[in-house]
Amino acid sequence: MTGAAMGLPTSLKTTPRLDRWVRFNADRSVSVYSGKVELGQGIETAIAQIAAEELDVPLDWVELVAGDTTRTPNEWYTAGSMSMEVGGSSMRIVCAEVRRLFVEAAARLFEVSQNEVRVKNGAIEVPGTDLRTSYWKLASRVDLARDVTGTAAAKPPAEYSSVGTSVARRDLRAKLTGAAYVHDMELPGMVYGRVCRPPSYTAKLKRFDVAAVRALPGVVSVTVSGNFIGVCAEREEQALLAIDAARAVAAWEERAELPASTEIREFLPQLASTRKVVHKKESAEGQVAQRLEATYSKPYIAHASIGPSCALAHFSGDRLTVWSHTQGSHMLRDQIARAMGMPSTSVDVVHADGAGCYGHNGADDAALDAALLARDCGRPVLLQWTRADELAWSPFGSAMVVRMAAALDAGGRIIDWQHEIWSHTHIKRPGWGEGVNLLAAWHAEPPHPVPPAHDNPLPAGGGDRNALPLYDFARQEVVYNFIAEMPLRVSALRALGAYGNVFAIESFMDELAAAAGADPVEFRLRHMKDERARDVIAAAAKRAGWKAGEAGDGTRGRGIGFARYKNLSAYCAVVAEIEVGEKIRVRKVFAAVDCGLVVNPDGVRNQIEGGVIQAISWTLKEAVSWDQQRVTSRSWETYPILRFDEVPEVEVVLLDRPASPSLGVGECAAGPVSAALANALQHAMGVRARDLPLTPERIARAIE
Amino acid sequence: MFKLRINGVEREVSAEPDTPLLYILRNDLKLKGTRFGCGEGNCGACTVLVDGRAVQSCDTPLWSAPGHEITTIEGLAGDGGADSLHPIQQAFLDEQAAQCGYCINGIMMSAKALLDANPDPDDAQIAAALERNLCRCGTHVRVLRAIRRAAHALRAKGSP
Repeated sequence: MTGAAMGLPTSLKTTPRLDRWVRFNADRSVSVYSGKVELGQGIETAIAQIAAEELDVPLDWVELVAGDTTRTPNEWYTAGSMSMEVGGSSMRIVCAEVRRLFVEAAARLFEVSQNEVRVKNGAIEVPGTDLRTSYWKLASRVDLARDVTGTAAAKPPAEYSSVGTSVARRDLRAKLTGAAYVHDMELPGMVYGRVCRPPSYTAKLKRFDVAAVRALPGVVSVTVSGNFIGVCAEREEQALLAIDAARAVAAWEERAELPASTEIREFLPQLASTRKVVHKKESAEGQVAQRLEATYSKPYIAHASIGPSCALAHFSGDRLTVWSHTQGSHMLRDQIARAMGMPSTSVDVVHADGAGCYGHNGADDAALDAALLARDCGRPVLLQWTRADELAWSPFGSAMVVRMAAALDAGGRIIDWQHEIWSHTHIKRPGWGEGVNLLAAWHAEPPHPVPPAHDNPLPAGGGDRNALPLYDFARQEVVYNFIAEMPLRVSALRALGAYGNVFAIESFMDELAAAAGADPVEFRLRHMKDERARDVIAAAAKRAGWKAGEAGDGTRGRGIGFARYKNLSAYCAVVAEIEVGEKIRVRKVFAAVDCGLVVNPDGVRNQIEGGVIQAISWTLKEAVSWDQQRVTSRSWETYPILRFDEVPEVEVVLLDRPASPSLGVGECAAGPVSAALANALQHAMGVRARDLPLTPERIARAIE
Repeated sequence: MFKLRINGVEREVSAEPDTPLLYILRNDLKLKGTRFGCGEGNCGACTVLVDGRAVQSCDTPLWSAPGHEITTIEGLAGDGGADSLHPIQQAFLDEQAAQCGYCINGIMMSAKALLDANPDPDDAQIAAALERNLCRCGTHVRVLRAIRRAAHALRAKGSP
């Protein structure tokens, strides 16, 4: 590799060949291939914008193909707010290089210097002459079957015409008028599949009457393998009736194995854990004037997408194709192959859009469910999860307990900072780590063992994501008590540990500010050297009309929270204004964000607004519940989320940094919102709530 | 055999009387814009209009549908042709009021019922009309803005 190629994004190291990324089609369109898929976040539009910009072709000539193991580069998962940082920058580098190759070819053809050649709307020309060609006319002269070098200069931001503008999402019109999702796909001869999951995590099937279910109208096949039960039927309502019948005739043996307490702060630190100091910074301690300590907790949280997971699977001879709303088509392909005892080369996984994805949900599990049923019934299967399974069987975002301790000197400066976490892994994706991480693989015969958990290491981190303070404290220590055991199934949920860690850090900052007699905004700036961080804190406070020393009035209050996501990605400061009656009512939220170069401002705003509102829902309302056998939050009644009459106004301030690389924004608001709400509650009522969610019951308990 | 009137057209379907209307629309009539969300009438993703009222099609049995005028998202734009959009759909696109978009068609059907009955709703009335609709991506602020925009457009046009 050349020096430039060494510094290429991971995606280009994995798939260096240019023609795996860009192809010019006979009909004057250009296909670009991405491993980053549309999850409702608008990435398809943003990556197409980047390609159109660097190639200098109109946006609507760009066709984006994403997440298809037969055609697209393996870009690992669409996750971690990395799609613009890795997928977007890979596309930029590739397209800049393709453009340069065509400019070179045109210069040779016209016998002019490259500097005289211009590209505009796909035309390649020498201005002031009639020398003119195009990507399509030149395509036969330019061999793209070569590796990227990373040496072509990308366009300077000052020359952008599409990037930086709020291009409308390309996928929305179809979604707002008719069929658009994997749920809506049909194949000839297709049947409808449903799975009857065990009632609890380790339930064992004792008895089952296959014949009773098989005899029902329209039933095409009944699959029973170990603890895995599935049905296929000609009509969807017949599959529903069959699965109801299956539930009725299945006899399970269950164990009381879940924690007796649902109070996270009580039981989580009691579980076996391994203690690791993940960060330590020592320097001379000043004179301690006072010490503070506080412990915070967050519950298990469900993805709770509005559309339950779905997949379409089809065998053609020995070859299996699965359409899935997965975040990682290539990893899922390999996992399905292992689970089914097939070679990976016989399995194709094609991304198809699904309902909102906020992390590792049931999408991959549903894909294997569909594949197993398709193998059994010999026809294409559209497999649909139920609402109850979506809420109870998808992995949850891990619970966390965070104990904070700090010392202030007489001048109100934090001179010692201790952050100790108890949590499970925050990533257990299929294809991440060893083994097979798919539900049906654990349930069907012969069962694959549930692989051991490992968490994602720092700097990005998992349970310790965002645990390292961005603030400038003389002495710091961060300890992670990693709990390998997982009484509930957990994996990646938007922001991973950043949600709980930032909630704790930013709540504790307010507690320390109060102890130091300081204003929360000034107190943060006092400890912050990073200029971009200072700017977003100041911008949020300014837009919110923050006044130092302003007192809450017993019902109304405001609070601030800040983080730089992963300490590597977007900067976000949030000010929330609330009113407390029977419950917390959020009136207005101001979010200031610095995410470097903004490719699509409206897309960024949409992501931040959504992140803010989802985090309000988590913070005020959400917690997975269980009894000693089963997860009991299985419906919208038992797992309520924020409703339309509960949403605040949201104002997003984007700080313009066109010269800095784009930073992902999908997850940056979650942590800051949680702390801003808890801090606003304290400001309004003088009550410090440290256990999420901030329900009326918990607030009442905090008052006592 | 059941005779249904869907989006202004007579359709005949054959299925068990208790079949939820949702599956008839999606699978028999290929009207896929009405979405399955919970099957329990709690999320609004499957909302359609029955005689102008917003109704959850997942818990509406087929036998109850004949004799009523049923409208799905595909019929919202009326006779304008396949490529036309209703002002509500146009307002949602203009506001980019969607993230994953899965809940939005149900929301637009609730909005249609509201604006037909009340052309100039205030924010509380809009929120009340969306009492049975859930959104998980957090698109609420844009949804409310889109409905206000649609209301304005429809009033300017003079008829819903």
